[in-house]
Amino acid sequence: MPDDLMNSYMTGPDDQGRFGIYGGRFVSETLMPLILSLEAEYERAKTDPSFWAEMDDLWKHYVGRPSPLYFAERLTEYCGGAKIYLKRDELNHTGAHKINNVLGQILLARRMGKTRIIAETGAGQHGVATATVCARFGLKCVVYMGAHDVERQAPNVFRMRLLGAEVVPVRSGRGTLKDAMNDALRDWVTNVRDTFYCIGTVAGPHPYPAMVRDFQSIIGKETREQIMEREGRLPDTLVAAIGGGSNAMGLFYPFLDDKDVAIIGVEAGGHGVDDRMEHCASLTGGRPGVLHGNRTYLLQDEDGQILEGHSISAGLDYPGIGPEHAWLKDVGRAEYVNITDDEALAAFQVCCAQEGIIPALEPSHALAHVLKIAPKLPADHLLVMNMCGRGDKDIFTVAKHLGFEMGA
Amino acid sequence: MTRIDTKFADLKSQGRKAFVAYIMAGDPDIETSLAVMRGLPDAGVDIIELGVPFTDPMADGPTIQLAGQRALDGGQTLEKTLQMVRDFRAGNDTTPIVLMGYYNPIYSRGVDRFLTDAREAGVDGLIVVDLPPEEDSELCLPAQEAGLNFIRLATPTTDAGRLPKVLTNTSGFVYYVSITGITGAAAAQAADVGPEVARIKAATDLPVIVGFGISTPDTAQEIASVADGCVVGSAIVKQIADGKPLDEVLAYVKTLSDGAHRG
Repeated sequence: MPDDLMNSYMTGPDDQGRFGIYGGRFVSETLMPLILSLEAEYERAKTDPSFWAEMDDLWKHYVGRPSPLYFAERLTEYCGGAKIYLKRDELNHTGAHKINNVLGQILLARRMGKTRIIAETGAGQHGVATATVCARFGLKCVVYMGAHDVERQAPNVFRMRLLGAEVVPVRSGRGTLKDAMNDALRDWVTNVRDTFYCIGTVAGPHPYPAMVRDFQSIIGKETREQIMEREGRLPDTLVAAIGGGSNAMGLFYPFLDDKDVAIIGVEAGGHGVDDRMEHCASLTGGRPGVLHGNRTYLLQDEDGQILEGHSISAGLDYPGIGPEHAWLKDVGRAEYVNITDDEALAAFQVCCAQEGIIPALEPSHALAHVLKIAPKLPADHLLVMNMCGRGDKDIFTVAKHLGFEMGA
Repeated sequence: MTRIDTKFADLKSQGRKAFVAYIMAGDPDIETSLAVMRGLPDAGVDIIELGVPFTDPMADGPTIQLAGQRALDGGQTLEKTLQMVRDFRAGNDTTPIVLMGYYNPIYSRGVDRFLTDAREAGVDGLIVVDLPPEEDSELCLPAQEAGLNFIRLATPTTDAGRLPKVLTNTSGFVYYVSITGITGAAAAQAADVGPEVARIKAATDLPVIVGFGISTPDTAQEIASVADGCVVGSAIVKQIADGKPLDEVLAYVKTLSDGAHRG
C-alpha cells in the first residue's frame, strides 16, 4: 500500500465504530441487537449497486441534485479577497441538506421491513425532511421536537403536520434538541421491533456517524467535480457550520486526504465562548464524554452532567458534536472556530443584500467566518462554503432580533 | 465474594426470593433519601439499588427522570452519592448496594478513581445502562478487577445468539428487563417473563432478577415466582415524589417486599 493511503484520514471508523477514542456504541442492551442489524444492512446496501441506483434516481428527480456550486461574485467583491463559492444545498427539496441523509436511511428502513419512522429535530429541517420522505413512501412518521423549539420554529411544525407526521413536543429536561433525542431513544427502546430511528446528524451510536456521513458526502463529491470543472483545481479552503456536524462532514469528507485543502468547521458561539457556557461550541468549550450512544466532545459540568447550550439557531443548539469531528480536531486535520449570534445575524443580512439569498441561521455562522477570513486572503484563493439551508424558517426569529414587527 | 454473592447464597439456603428496591440518591435531598435508604433493610429489602442522577437518563420514564432532576436541582453529585453510601455503611455492613446509572458521570470522574472510591465507600456492584458488552473494556472489566460486580441487563431483544456475549463478564446477578421500554412503563407479565428467565438460567449459574414494569405487591409476587427475585423502582420513587412521610414510604416498600418474598 502506498504511504499516502496508509496515512489516510478516510478509513474510519474501526470495527468498534471508533474514530480514535471517539464514537462507539454506548446504548442499552435492548437497542444493541437492532444497532448491529442496522450495521449489517448498511454494509450490504453500501456495496449493492441497486441501492445506489435508487438513491441517485431520488437525489436527481426528487431532491433536485446536483445542487449548484455558485460563484458569489458580489460577496467576493464585498470582501475584496478570496474567491467565494457557495454550495447551494439550500436549493434541495425541503430547503436544506438534511434530505440527502433521510433518503438513505428510509431506503434502509424499507429494506429492513420497518414500518414506523421516528426522528428528532431541532430547527425542524431534519423533521421536515423525514416527514417528507415518509409521505413519499407511505410510512408512519413521529417527530420529537423540544417544546422550546416547537415555539421558535412554528412554520416547520406546521409543515411536518401537513406532511402527515405526528409532532411530539418534548417537555422533559429543558425542551431542546438534546431532550428530543432522549425521548426519541425512549420511543425506540419501547417500539424496537417495528420502528426505525432516522438520526439527523453524524452522531449517535455506530453505524450512524459513518452512515450519515456517507449519505451526506454527496455534497463534497459534487463540489469536487464542480470546482474542477469551473476552476480546474481543488479549492484552498472549505467552510461549513456545525451543530452535530452533518453538512460539514458531507462537504469535508471527500477532501480529507487532500492535504492542501484547509478545512474549517464553524460552531455556534451564542453569546460568546466563555465560562458562562451560553454557547454550543462543544469542541472549543467542551471536553470528551459519553452521550446519545457515542463518545465525543460535550458541554458538561465538572460532575459529568450535560449542560444546555445556547444558540440563536435551533439547528446548532446541541451540547455535543459528531465523533468524527472530535477526532479531526484532535489529529489537527480540521480547524474549528466559533461565531456569535450577533455575527451570524449580521452575515445573514449581508447575504440577503449582496447575493439575494436568504440563508438559514445555521450557514449564516459559516458565512460570518467567511466574511472574517476572505478579506485577508489573496484573489486566487478558492473558498467554498456550504450554504446548507435556506432561511425562510428563520425570518420570524431574525425579525424579532432586529426589532421588526411582523404582525399576526 | 461481594456482599451480593453472600446475600444470594443466604437467600438460596433459605429458599427465598430476592427483593431489590431502587431509590434515587439525593431525591429530593440527601437527608430524606439517606433516611429512606437506612430504613429499606428492615422493610424487607435484600439489595439496594441506588440511582445515580444524570441529566439525560435515556432508559428512564418520567418518574425517574423527575427524581434525577430533583436530586440534581438539590445539588447532588457523584461524590455526595458515594458519601451517602459511606454514611449508610456506618450502620449497615451487610445489605448489598448497587449503583445504577449512566456512564458519563463515572467517565467524567475517571474510571480508576471512581472504582477505588466506590469500593472504599462500600459499593458492591454497578449497573450502567449505556454500556453494552461491546464496550466492556470501558468499565466492566476494570470494575471486576477492582472487586465490584458488574451486573448486566438482558432484554427481550437479547436473542439466543447474543445471550452468551451478554452473560460473559457479568457477575453478581443478571438483571432481566421484563419489557422493551423505559422504567415505569408497561406492566410486566409473568407469562412472558417466565420462559425468558428460564432461557437465561439455562445458560448461567447466576441468579436472574427481573425489573421494569413491576409496581404492585401482586406483580412482585408473580414475577418473583418465575425468577430469583424482582426489582421495584418507579413505584417507590413515586411515593417519595408525592412527599409521603418516611414511615409511609417504608410501610409501602414492606408490602412490595412481602409480595416478592411470597413469590
